[in-house]
Parts: sequence; structure tokens; C-alpha cells
Amino acid sequence: MKIHEYQAKSVLARFGVPVPRGEVAFSAAEAGEAARRLGGSVVVVKAQIHAGGRGKGGGVKLAKSADEAERLAKQMIGMTLVTHQTGPEGRMVGRVLVEEGLQIDRELYLSLLIDRAAACPVVIASAAGGMDIEEVAAKEPHKILKEYVDRGTGIVPFQARKLAFGMGLDGGPAQKLVKLLDAVYRAFIETDASLIEINPLILTKGGDVLALDAKVSFDDNALYRHPDLRDLRDLGEEDPLEVEASKYSLNYIHLDGNIGCMVNGAGLAMATMDIIKLAGGEPANFLDVGGGASAEQIRNAFKILMSDTNVRAVLINIFGGILRCDVLAQGLIAAVRELGVRVPIVIRMEGTNVEEGKRLLQASGLNFTTVDSMGDAAQQVVGLAGAR
Amino acid sequence: MAVLLDRDTRLIVQGLTGREGTFHAKQAAAYGTTVVGGVTPGKGGTTHEGWPVFNSVHDAVRETGATASVIFVPPPFAADAIMEAADADIPLAVCITEGIPVVDMLKAMTFMEGRPMRLVGPNCPGVISAGRAKAGIIPGHICREGRIGIVSKSGTLTYEAIHQLTRLGMGQTTCIGIGGDPLIGTNFIDALRLFAADPETEGVIMIGEIGGTAEEEAAEFIAREFTKPVVGFIAGQTAPPGRRMGHAGAIIAGGKGTAAEKMAALAQAGVHVVKSPADMGTKMREVLG
Repeated sequence: MKIHEYQAKSVLARFGVPVPRGEVAFSAAEAGEAARRLGGSVVVVKAQIHAGGRGKGGGVKLAKSADEAERLAKQMIGMTLVTHQTGPEGRMVGRVLVEEGLQIDRELYLSLLIDRAAACPVVIASAAGGMDIEEVAAKEPHKILKEYVDRGTGIVPFQARKLAFGMGLDGGPAQKLVKLLDAVYRAFIETDASLIEINPLILTKGGDVLALDAKVSFDDNALYRHPDLRDLRDLGEEDPLEVEASKYSLNYIHLDGNIGCMVNGAGLAMATMDIIKLAGGEPANFLDVGGGASAEQIRNAFKILMSDTNVRAVLINIFGGILRCDVLAQGLIAAVRELGVRVPIVIRMEGTNVEEGKRLLQASGLNFTTVDSMGDAAQQVVGLAGAR
Repeated sequence: MAVLLDRDTRLIVQGLTGREGTFHAKQAAAYGTTVVGGVTPGKGGTTHEGWPVFNSVHDAVRETGATASVIFVPPPFAADAIMEAADADIPLAVCITEGIPVVDMLKAMTFMEGRPMRLVGPNCPGVISAGRAKAGIIPGHICREGRIGIVSKSGTLTYEAIHQLTRLGMGQTTCIGIGGDPLIGTNFIDALRLFAADPETEGVIMIGEIGGTAEEEAAEFIAREFTKPVVGFIAGQTAPPGRRMGHAGAIIAGGKGTAAEKMAALAQAGVHVVKSPADMGTKMREVLG
């Protein structure tokens, strides 16, 4: 689960990570008041959306007075911000972070995530902060520092010092980084984070080290034990169909094509999208209905698929194994009748009682085409989607 | 022989008394697996569906001589179940549970260090040695004893590969679902080493998916020392970056972990990479001649 920058900073601050003083504002008036409370000669107004690259898109601006902050917030709130991470459709800005302006001496990079191959957390740091770290890693890999964290001990001071010196810090700032790293690591483990990225981490002219920006995402599987963090979810940042699907525990991702997919299992669902594309079509979605593919889930899945008006045909690929295809067929027929689904539906299913399942579908008089293999299924559905 | 499971395997089920545990214990027994009991803390001393239930894995191993455990324990308690199995020195644990927090798995990985148990999974369909034994949820009736090994990150896509091999008459030795989580016990390379040492396995189908670098590492291993033919498929060729495709590990992040990169690395290593999941079986037949 992703959260906003201001939320990430507040979570990090709870563990002792220094962050700039700031307040979130949902309206221009709130932003003005926040700027007045912060005081100082400069404040920064930052659009809060779940995507990077906001600065270039006009989502981060300096204000020299509270009135200016209010004006900037007025422009930002309600605007559609397009960055290289939002896609061309952009994201609607619903809130801004108003923060104190700081005198920046240097911009650094710091992140913490799980390294799968090493099966442990890894800290990635660089003196080249503020930029796209993937670009730095590709062009100047020597500027990327990595410390693998022992799962038993957590990050230990010498590792933190090594990173601090590697990032070009010494003296007081190096000591501050050691403390900050310890806090970031505790935050990572205690909140079940899957990623903490601080870019830039800044060294101020006064010698302080702070998280000027912060991106935190949490392990969805662990949210059950963090009700406070679960409340940070912003549904406005998510695709409405995906939000709806998540209510039914359906794993759905909305895409741009016109062939709706309904599959059991994530790998098979991805493979089904792949084979549609190979056959010359475009999948409208990724949809994993789960291992069981119960009648209830099939009905819910159809509801979601049919809410996407781009869908011209549907491919159902269910490999049940022990699942009974006759029961599945009955569920499909009931769902299609009840929801009045009109687009053609191609079904490939495997499991027990396949023949009876096929017979039921064919006898239903509905627009079902049954096929025996994934390859056939893809050819058929691409033809049907194009023919309409 | 096959790998991991065979006719002499003695299987216990952690979470036997739960719905999933009960159902799949019966399925495993019906397939011919020697299921010797189950573990449900607090229900020790009772019997369930004719099997003895124990309070701990230690008790179960001592009383039944179990050699493998399959874990159907809910996510909040599953890492604990893995560690308990490891502490009982059982040679193999197969964890089916989906949705274990990564931090819990970090603890389990630390705990397993230095202990001899092999973990398969979590979040996987398990292991089946065709015609001999199974631990997990792979349907037995689609398998046929044969000569191809399968190692896969995906569940139902594994069934697809099994089905294709069975239809083409090649059959399987052992199918190993390694799971799509960021932290897993057995990776591609571990499974390939097992298949390398199994004289019955003549070729391997390897099914990867987007995210991580496990496929690239397997490619290096294959190029270096794996001599049997490998047919490879990578799911997620059309997946958009930054979106988690079902499995916690299936995500293209920071331009890394794409299907294209993985397919190129595998092809470079001499793997017969197929673009279409419908071609896994036919490609294997073509390769084996």
C-alpha cells in the first residue's frame, strides 16, 4: 500500500527521523493558515499524489509569503498533475503539504528495501541525491552504495558510518546520519514497510540531516496488524474499478485494451494477458479470481469486467484441477443471465466434469464459445473482439 | 526416483484440522501419499479423519517418523509453523499459505539458517512426484508419471504445464511450485540442482514471472553447469511497470524485473524460451526429439 509524502514523513518522524516542519492542507485557506503558523521567509507548497516527478510537472513551488502559499495551493488543489510516473492521464491533486523552506547544502539519497537474492534488507545510499536513482545506477554505478543488513542484528553502527563516509559526510552530520539510519531501519521493521525511500535526504547549511522527501509503502500482507497505517489509504489515488474489486477480494488491475480477462491464479492470469497480446489483441485487465473460482466470485468478477465499457469480448481461463466444471458453468450462466452480459465470452476450463460443463454452456443459448486450449482461446477471443 | 517426495515419504499436515488442511490431506492420501498425522496446537491426542493429531511438530515426528510436512496454517501463524518444523529437524516443509508478511519470513529465514530442513514456498501450490506422492494442492489426476521436471513461481500456470506434458505423453517426474513471494525457501537454482541429480528427469520446464532477478540468476547457473534441456516461459510480458500482478513479488520496479530481460538472459544461457504459454509442452517434445 502506498501513502502520501506527508503521511510518510509523519510515520518516519514517529521513529525519530528528522523531517522539515510542515502541515497538510485540503484547501487554499488551510494552506494559507499553515504557512502563517510555519512563519519564516519561505515555505514550500507540494502537491500530494502517489507519484514521483512532481517538481517538473509544477507540483512543487516556493512561496515567499502566506498569501502566496494560499494562491499556489488554490492553483494546485483540483488540478490534474501529469508526471512521468502518472501516465498521460495524470492525477487529480486533492491536498498539498506546506512545509518550511530550508537552506540546502547537499542532496543525498537513501532507501531501504528487501533484497530477494540475499534474503535480507538492504540499504541503498548515494551522494547523488535528488535525481532519478535508476538513472544514476545505470550511468554511474560506482556512486551507488549498498549495505546488506543482518537479519538478526539489524543495521549496526559501523555499517551506518561506512555509508555516511561514502556519501561524503563527516563529523556531526555523519553522526546524525548514523542515528537517522537506525530510526529508518526501526521504522521499516516495525511498520512492515516494503520500501522506504528518502530522495533527497538533505544536508542543510546548518549541518542538519533531514528527509526532504519521503516515499513509504507497506507490505499489504501485514496491514492486518497495523490498523492505524491501514487508515492512511487514499482511495482517491486508486482506480475506482480496482477499489470496487478489492472489496470482493478480487485481484484486478485495469488496463487499456478491450478484451476482458477472468482467470484463476496470478501467473496464469499474466500468461493469459500475454497470449492475448501474442494473438494480436489487447487485454482490458488483469483479473485473478483466486484458486477456488466460486460462483459468488465469478459473479463479482463479471460485475467488475462489465463496468469497463471498453470491453468487447471476455476470455475466461480457469484451470481448476479439482474444481468441478459443471458447477463453474452453472455459476457462469447464472451470472451472465443476472447481469445481462451481452459481449461474447470465450471459455477455456479444465477440471473435473469438463464435458458436462461445456454441454451446459452450449445448451444455455447464451453467447459462450468453449475451447480446449489457451492458444485457441486467445485466437477466438481476439477475433470476436475485433469483429464487433 | 523423483525428487523431494517419493513412495517412502511420510507426510504430516500442519493445520490438518482446518478446512484446507483436511481437504488436501484427504486428496494427498487418495493420491497414494502416506499421510501419517497432523499438527494443531491444543488438539493433541485427538484424531481427525482417522489421523492422529499432535500438539507440536516435535511430537508428530517422534510418534510417526514423519519425513515431510505440508503447512496449511493461516498467514499470521505460518512463519511460526515453518520455524517449528525446522526446529523438529524434519527434512522437508512445504508451505502453501499465501499472504505471510515479509518481516515474518525474514525471521523464519534467520531461524532456518544452520538447520537442515528444506523449505518449499511459501505461497506456492506445493510439490508432486507424479504417481508417487504429493504435498500441497496440485491436482493429482492431471499428472502422469514421466520424464520431465517442472519448477515454477506460479500455481495454475504449473497445472497448465503439467496438463500439456500429460497430453503429449511425456509426463512428469516431480513438479515443484516455488512460489512468487519475495522471500522463499527453495529457488530455481535449488530445484535445478535436484533435477540435475535425478536420472529420471530428462528435461525441465521452468516457469518464471516478472519481478526480482531469480530467473537471471538461474540463467547464469544453467549456462555454467546445467546440462539437461530446459524450456522456459516468463509470465507478465505485457504487465505494466509499477503494478503488482497478484503475487507480492511480481512487480516491475525501477525498470528492472521485466519479462524481456529475463527471456533474453535465459535464451542466452541456452534455454528454449517460448513466448506463448501454450507452447511449453510442444517445445519440450521438439527439444527432446
